[in-house]
Amino acid sequence: MKDKFKIIIDGKELPARHGQTILEIANNNGIYIPTLCNFEGLKPQASCRICSVKVNGRPMTACTTTVSPGMEIENDTPEMNELRKIIVETMFVTGNHFCPSCEKSGNCELQALAYRFKMDVPRFPYSFSKRDIDASNPKIMIDHNRCIKCKRCARGIKTDDGKDLFAFKNRGEKIEISIDNELAKNISDEKAQEAMDICPVGAIIKKERGFIDPIGTRKYDNKPIGSKVKEVQ
Amino acid sequence: MREVINNIISLYKSDKTRLMDMLLDIQEKFNYIPDNAIDTLVEKLDLPKVHILETISFYHFLTLKNTGKYTIYLNDSVSAYMSGRKEVAETFEKEIGIKFNSVTNDGLIGLFDTSCIGMSDQEPAALINNKVFTNLTIAKVKEIVKNIKDGKDINSLMKANLGNGKNSSKLIQSMVNNNIRVIKSILSDEYIPGSALMKIIEQERDEVINEIENSELRGHGGAGFPTDLKWKFTAKTPEGKRYIFCNADEGEPGTFKDRVILTERPELMFEGMATCGYAINSDEGVLYLRHEYKYLKKYLENVLNKMRKRNLLGKDILGQKGFNFDIRIQLGGGAYVCGEETALLESTKGNRGEPRYKPPFPAVKGYLDKPTVINNVETLCSVVKILNKGNYWFKKMGTEESRGTKLLSISGDCEKPGVYEIKWGITINEMLHMAGAEDVQAVQVSGPSGNCISPSQFNNQIRYSDLGTGGSMVIIGKHRDLLKDVVMNYTNFFIGESCGSCVPCRNLIVIYRNTLQKVIDGKGVQADLDNMLEWEKVMKMNRCGLGQTSSNPIVTTLKNFPELYENKIIEDSDLIPTFDISKAIQEYCDATGRKPIIEE
Amino acid sequence: MSKPIVATTALAGCFGCHMSLLDIDDRILQLVELVDFNKSPINDIKTFTKKCDIGIIEGGVANTENYKVLKEFRKNCKILISLGECAIMGGLPAMRNGKDSIESCLKEAYQDSPSTINKNNIMPNDEELPMILDKVYPCHEVVKIDYFLPGCPPRADLIWDALVALLNGKEIDPEYKTYKFD
Repeated sequence: MKDKFKIIIDGKELPARHGQTILEIANNNGIYIPTLCNFEGLKPQASCRICSVKVNGRPMTACTTTVSPGMEIENDTPEMNELRKIIVETMFVTGNHFCPSCEKSGNCELQALAYRFKMDVPRFPYSFSKRDIDASNPKIMIDHNRCIKCKRCARGIKTDDGKDLFAFKNRGEKIEISIDNELAKNISDEKAQEAMDICPVGAIIKKERGFIDPIGTRKYDNKPIGSKVKEVQ
Repeated sequence: MREVINNIISLYKSDKTRLMDMLLDIQEKFNYIPDNAIDTLVEKLDLPKVHILETISFYHFLTLKNTGKYTIYLNDSVSAYMSGRKEVAETFEKEIGIKFNSVTNDGLIGLFDTSCIGMSDQEPAALINNKVFTNLTIAKVKEIVKNIKDGKDINSLMKANLGNGKNSSKLIQSMVNNNIRVIKSILSDEYIPGSALMKIIEQERDEVINEIENSELRGHGGAGFPTDLKWKFTAKTPEGKRYIFCNADEGEPGTFKDRVILTERPELMFEGMATCGYAINSDEGVLYLRHEYKYLKKYLENVLNKMRKRNLLGKDILGQKGFNFDIRIQLGGGAYVCGEETALLESTKGNRGEPRYKPPFPAVKGYLDKPTVINNVETLCSVVKILNKGNYWFKKMGTEESRGTKLLSISGDCEKPGVYEIKWGITINEMLHMAGAEDVQAVQVSGPSGNCISPSQFNNQIRYSDLGTGGSMVIIGKHRDLLKDVVMNYTNFFIGESCGSCVPCRNLIVIYRNTLQKVIDGKGVQADLDNMLEWEKVMKMNRCGLGQTSSNPIVTTLKNFPELYENKIIEDSDLIPTFDISKAIQEYCDATGRKPIIEE
Repeated sequence: MSKPIVATTALAGCFGCHMSLLDIDDRILQLVELVDFNKSPINDIKTFTKKCDIGIIEGGVANTENYKVLKEFRKNCKILISLGECAIMGGLPAMRNGKDSIESCLKEAYQDSPSTINKNNIMPNDEELPMILDKVYPCHEVVKIDYFLPGCPPRADLIWDALVALLNGKEIDPEYKTYKFD
């Protein structure tokens, strides 16, 4: 099999090699495919489904699908963006996302996606579900109201000796992130910061450090999420 | 306690990939998984605590709280309600004195709901300490609860009512009935264990696969993937360890045909696994048995022993040098989604039963990252039949793209519920006639993940290119409230069984349920119906088959029974119909003692 | 031709959205050129005296008074706009939703809090008082709302641009920088 070939994303012919994912190729070529559960350096798990694209007419996740010759991919189309917007909106009504009181506001990827998709109000009724806040740990606070169950913390944050700190609990709509509070007691400030940074929303907050960046200077205050992908090119 | 836990751990050689077995054994021993048992597992297996909790909390039959000395799981599927589940449930609550999903203060009895337990033809049915109690009535429940309170042994409660066939055998001793109505091939008794193995050891591996290819056998689990292709993909992988899994996790509400095979023809199924073992050069098979069928485990283990004794399993099978193959049974923990092949493999490894993305397919990277074939119980039985009787015999039955026979599990509003082995291609009308069903409103073809069809579609055929099915057929009479009694139940089933990984399957299906409730309450508008059809596109973005089909109960009835929905919707207006001011102030009036007067 | 008429109100909100409306600075002079105000705290007209073109709602629906006012707005205005997070999703007041019972809220407010002096433990229950609803409702879950301008508060520029667009019969196309949820 020839190693180098071309694929098409949104009508553009792009160079590709076996083993690359659709997302990699898009990122390399200045094409933004929205992601949420994906995080650089972590094995993709394709659970948020935001990066879904149509590959020859079939929905597939860009973060996990490796390319093959003949792929024609629809990404930035009104249909795909509308479907992604629906997914974002389900997250806003399933949890309790009250942005004005959130330390992560302005730096939150969920919020940024909502801005990008111009969500003024979710089309679904709010659930106002009862969720807990766990502030028992000395370094970090877990706010389940804001958690979107992307599992980035579980995949990315380990203790210094390589033990898992986070994992899922329960299943389906009852799923939540659980933390090993025994292990987490002794984590360093750097680890706490790392946990906060890996969380796309404000579900993991490093204590005693809220609202550091003034409004207007935060990550997504002036430019939509995904702008960087285009700048790189 | 520590010693008990240590013994369990060493029984599985401290192998962390056998976590499921250890947890199931601990649960069996204590009726829950004590915290210090978890600590011992953490220490001995070097697993993170959150990982063990993650696994436990995923499975319905693994619990962190004591479920009682007598643990009662009453099925809450559609078929159960059709057969009087409501009254039976109320009687349990009244007689025990607790509500569902709780345990008596003295820890004696726990009462829980559970998804379909594979007894749809003899509902209402319950699992009590893993024993099956079928055809429950108010009187039977009263007697059961009385006996439990008297401290009687659970087995003694069933003695007088043992089921037919092997169900009454010494190692099963259950009340379950087979209800075999029509026999064609798999269920026929003209089968001698070992007959296929005897034949294939004279053949090359490729010849065996070719025979299956020529028979055009397709997987009986529902998806209908060509069986030979699965085998070929695995056989083509580099030399080394390969696994064969038999998927006996039939969790689709309304299906129970694998239970009958497991009871009456286990040798056939095991021989099918060994045959596949020969064909793809694998020496290890795993039967993934759903937890609800735990009552069959001892019996099946005995069958395996007998087959080993006859050298149909084990080393140098039937004297053929180097043909080694053995099988172990892996019990599930109670999760519908584990019927999905990658979830099943995850579960067997001791993880949460979350389907993972494909590719890589299990044929290339499966159990413990080794190439793995996963076949349905019925498929493996067909394999043996084909090798015994030849692919021509097999192909003569059925239709062009659906060869051979199919076992149907028929339940619901009909005279003769049970297992029907049919040739592919019969119409729904023919099926209804066989089952003695009249005044039928709808047939749920292939369970909730399938298609709910209306009488105008009853001339359609049961075959892959028309009405494909894994075998679940629930007949719904004209007197039923389709939306309330069927669609709502199925939708709740999917909400409860979602693994929760993909966002649409976790979130949107709940929104679907709430929208359906809104329509049932007479508060829906046309836009709600349009939206529910539109959102299907988002559901199709889920990773696995469960997620992609979990809106099917709503979407297929919206398409096939639009009038049921249209009759319930109201005109759009400036005031949102779901807002109810008198309900909204009730709590305040209760708290302050004020009269609920609303100024309009 | 008469000028379009605008009405505004603050339900369960903090008045911050109205403050933000005033934050359009000198453009307020242009605004009064463009529109007439009817019922609004800005001009202190308490009741509707005529049908309005645009009704701007700040705050969610927390009690029977909010409910009454919102219904009145729906009846009297051609277009309704939910202005700010509280109107759109309940906002800060809605943080009680799904968590605290009305009884515990009332107790906390009138009996149990450290700053309360209420010797006879009276729970205010005068018939004149509005009744508190079981939860704080976003406006669009009570009446139909036509447009949503998010923010806490919505940026003055967002409000200005949206009003100008509506008055010119154009679609609201907010600028990225002004379109925020906080």
